[in-house]
Amino acid sequence: MNFGVLVFPGSNCDHDAYHALKHIHGINTSFIWHKEPELGNVDGVIIPGGFSYGDYLRSGAIARFSPVMNAVARFAEKGGPILGICNGFQILLEARLLPGTMMANEQLRFTCKFVNLVCQNRKTPFTSSIPDDMVLSIPVAHGEGNYYADSKLLKELEDANQVVFRYCDTDGNITAEANPNGSAGNIAGICNKKGNVVGMMPHPERAVESDLGSDHGRYLFESALSRIVAALY
Amino acid sequence: MQVDIVITLRESILDPKGKASHHALENLGFSDISSVRIGKFIQIDIDTDDPAKAREIATEACEKLLANTVMENYEIRLPDTAS
Repeated sequence: MNFGVLVFPGSNCDHDAYHALKHIHGINTSFIWHKEPELGNVDGVIIPGGFSYGDYLRSGAIARFSPVMNAVARFAEKGGPILGICNGFQILLEARLLPGTMMANEQLRFTCKFVNLVCQNRKTPFTSSIPDDMVLSIPVAHGEGNYYADSKLLKELEDANQVVFRYCDTDGNITAEANPNGSAGNIAGICNKKGNVVGMMPHPERAVESDLGSDHGRYLFESALSRIVAALY
Repeated sequence: MQVDIVITLRESILDPKGKASHHALENLGFSDISSVRIGKFIQIDIDTDDPAKAREIATEACEKLLANTVMENYEIRLPDTAS
């Protein structure tokens, strides 16, 4: 199986994603430059974090018009697994592949720390291997991670089980204190209606080695691995 | 034709930058300022002399890229042609 990691001018977590996929999980992985019109032979795509186009205008606003994003939209339509992390999530929102938008953190500061997450949808290609009731410890690093959706959209997301991750305390309680950025409903990650496109602000690719603080991010990549292998055979 | 575009956060959306600036102004003694909203100002040059055409192009540019209509409003200001 093959994974592609998109690279935009200003991506800076592309090598971390590559490391997590290739060196930790042994997945054949290649970088895909943003000017490529096609994704090539891939079974899954990671849109990594960073500051694509310097966050000019709005985070992710310019990157969504890169040629590769047309290929990503076609891949999403076909049901291909896509994970947007941090700036990758912002790009998916701007590309309207996921609903809602991102605002500046409520406290107006860049926030870089480990947070706790509960997974509320294990049917996506990136969450199926997360143990039940597990509280994941995964870092965030963003200035604009304050997820916004109006009350109508929030209800639609709830009803369709599209909320994938919420910020919580160490016991899994979803509290205001555990919310690092002011996100509506403590939302840290969502998926599209089909569940194949997932966006999240926390960085699972930075949590794949326990020596570096946590290896809980591995569950996401292991999920993708088992899902795609199951589909192949 | 030079067209000015003003982009602001929708009224219903909390504007943390505006709020922080408002607090700072209050601390400086500006007690008569009741609210601050921060937006963006964009100036574009369009190769046309037709105001209707310019507005049409600017509107499309706002809808497709310059504004995120989920959270932002935009106002297009054409040059004053009265003089």
